[in-house]
Amino acid sequence: MTSLNGSRRHTILGLVLTALMLFPVYWMVNVSLTPQQHMRKNPPDLLPLHPTFEGYRAVLHDQLPYLGTSLLIGLGTVALTLLIAAPAGYALARLRPRGGGALGLALLIAQMIPGIVMAMGFYGIFLDLGLLNSWWGLIVADSTIAVPFGVMIFTAFMSGIPGELIAAARIDGASTLRTFWSVVLPVSRNALVTVSLFGFLWAWSDFVFANTLDGGGGLRPITLGIYKYIGNNNQEWNAIMATAVVASVPAAALLVLAQRYVAAGVTAGAVKD
Amino acid sequence: MTVTRVDRPPHKAAPAEVGASGLLPAQRRLRRRSRLTAFAFVAPLIAYLAAFYLYPLYRNLDLSLRDYTVRSFVAGDAPFSGWDNFRKVLDDPTFAPALRHTMVFTFVSIAFQYAIGLALAVFFNRHFRLSTVLRALFLIPWLLPLIVSASTWSWMFNSESGVVNYFLSFFGVDPVGWLTSPDWALPSVIIANIWIGIPFNLVILYSGLQNVPAEVYEAAALDGASAWQVFRRITFPLLRPVSAITVLLGLVYTLKVFDLIWIMTKGGPGDSSSTLATWSYQLGFGTLLPKFGPGAAVGNLLILIALVFGLLYIRVQRRQEA
Repeated sequence: MTSLNGSRRHTILGLVLTALMLFPVYWMVNVSLTPQQHMRKNPPDLLPLHPTFEGYRAVLHDQLPYLGTSLLIGLGTVALTLLIAAPAGYALARLRPRGGGALGLALLIAQMIPGIVMAMGFYGIFLDLGLLNSWWGLIVADSTIAVPFGVMIFTAFMSGIPGELIAAARIDGASTLRTFWSVVLPVSRNALVTVSLFGFLWAWSDFVFANTLDGGGGLRPITLGIYKYIGNNNQEWNAIMATAVVASVPAAALLVLAQRYVAAGVTAGAVKD
Repeated sequence: MTVTRVDRPPHKAAPAEVGASGLLPAQRRLRRRSRLTAFAFVAPLIAYLAAFYLYPLYRNLDLSLRDYTVRSFVAGDAPFSGWDNFRKVLDDPTFAPALRHTMVFTFVSIAFQYAIGLALAVFFNRHFRLSTVLRALFLIPWLLPLIVSASTWSWMFNSESGVVNYFLSFFGVDPVGWLTSPDWALPSVIIANIWIGIPFNLVILYSGLQNVPAEVYEAAALDGASAWQVFRRITFPLLRPVSAITVLLGLVYTLKVFDLIWIMTKGGPGDSSSTLATWSYQLGFGTLLPKFGPGAAVGNLLILIALVFGLLYIRVQRRQEA
């Protein structure tokens, strides 16, 4: 289409734009490697020419439990989300339950409710039930971000499964549950991956629920680990940024391993094909 | 986060609509069973929504209608006070600035996110070498945990040692107290928020562009249209439905942004960058003497505003489907 020359110009411009966009990410890495005594140097070191790993050593020393908790909460959120969302998605897509349309609308509206409002409501409930500062209470709260999204992804995906596939299973005498488990779920791998990825990422990144519901618990997630760092030692920015880099690993892994699913998740439903 | 919709299940020419009386008892039993099965599959979701959406929302509404103190919050015997909390909040000197900041934050963020996202989508629509890789890299800001982006921008905006002021010094600009001056705190969080939101706009608008048939562009090229003319007369008009969806979704998300502002400025200095979201949290959790009632009242006002845009979004989308 474009001439080779024009194409090269585009590539160069694209590289420049990407570099501009990703500068903050680069800066985070750069600061994480900057020795403490150079932190307030003017001009700042634009390249990590004298890298130090003291920031990362601090992460290993202080933040490992937080990372473990985040992993636990992320996986728990994914499990709970799939457990609720996959069967519901199947029902909405295939079984035409009564009130299905209303349920779809409720899910749409659920996604528009501000997190702080939910956090405040959960705070009251958890206080009554003595669930504050518990990791599994946080799993329940975090799953509210992913469940509506999950149901809708599953519904959209399972509507597209060929009817013959399901009919064939029925003819073989499989029950609805059996059909769901051994026919529908295996072919819905893409939807399962998309929902799991986003569920994990949102739980991993959650700050509002963590700060409200788990501020004083023994098991706190990495977002609070960073927040505590910022609050406590305002000076050790290499340690703060090193923690930030480590906390970004799941996002980076996601992008490398599952880019296709990410784009699918962003656009799902937002655009009419 | 993304909002997705359920495709309403296609209404197949219902085979069972012969009239209930025309059904054999066995068929009727089968039908009742399949209805029960369908219910069993959605029941966990319904229970879940009731327990973890409706109930927290009810608790929040209840909070906003009672006169809570810390003690009565724990004991659970706060007296009913009607609209008092709402009246208190509306009369509060913080209300007007918080509402104004929310609007400025939302609309300025959306305007820039959309414009930059659209420009990038058009740019990446040309398929040059590395375009797929670079487009994927553009997603990074959106995928990072907000606390990561917020703390990185905080340090970049640091007035003494921040890299932003360092770059500006090349242009002879004196150091700006980005997060410490009341004039610049709001613009600072807006800049960071624009950065975070660009990928979302880029991805959706890009996928919208994919749906514009290539023949349209070819015809325009044959007619000798300039790049700007193609954009003005073809790309932009054809992208209008997708644009509407993108902007409305953006509005719903941006209204409720909390983490970013809270981590960067806590709404300060003073109230200079506080929005309804941060003010609500500030009231409920930000002080030693929490004001849960007014905090919840602000939260409920925020829900109302979000719902206005949310319902508009649903309407636009339904109409596009039809």
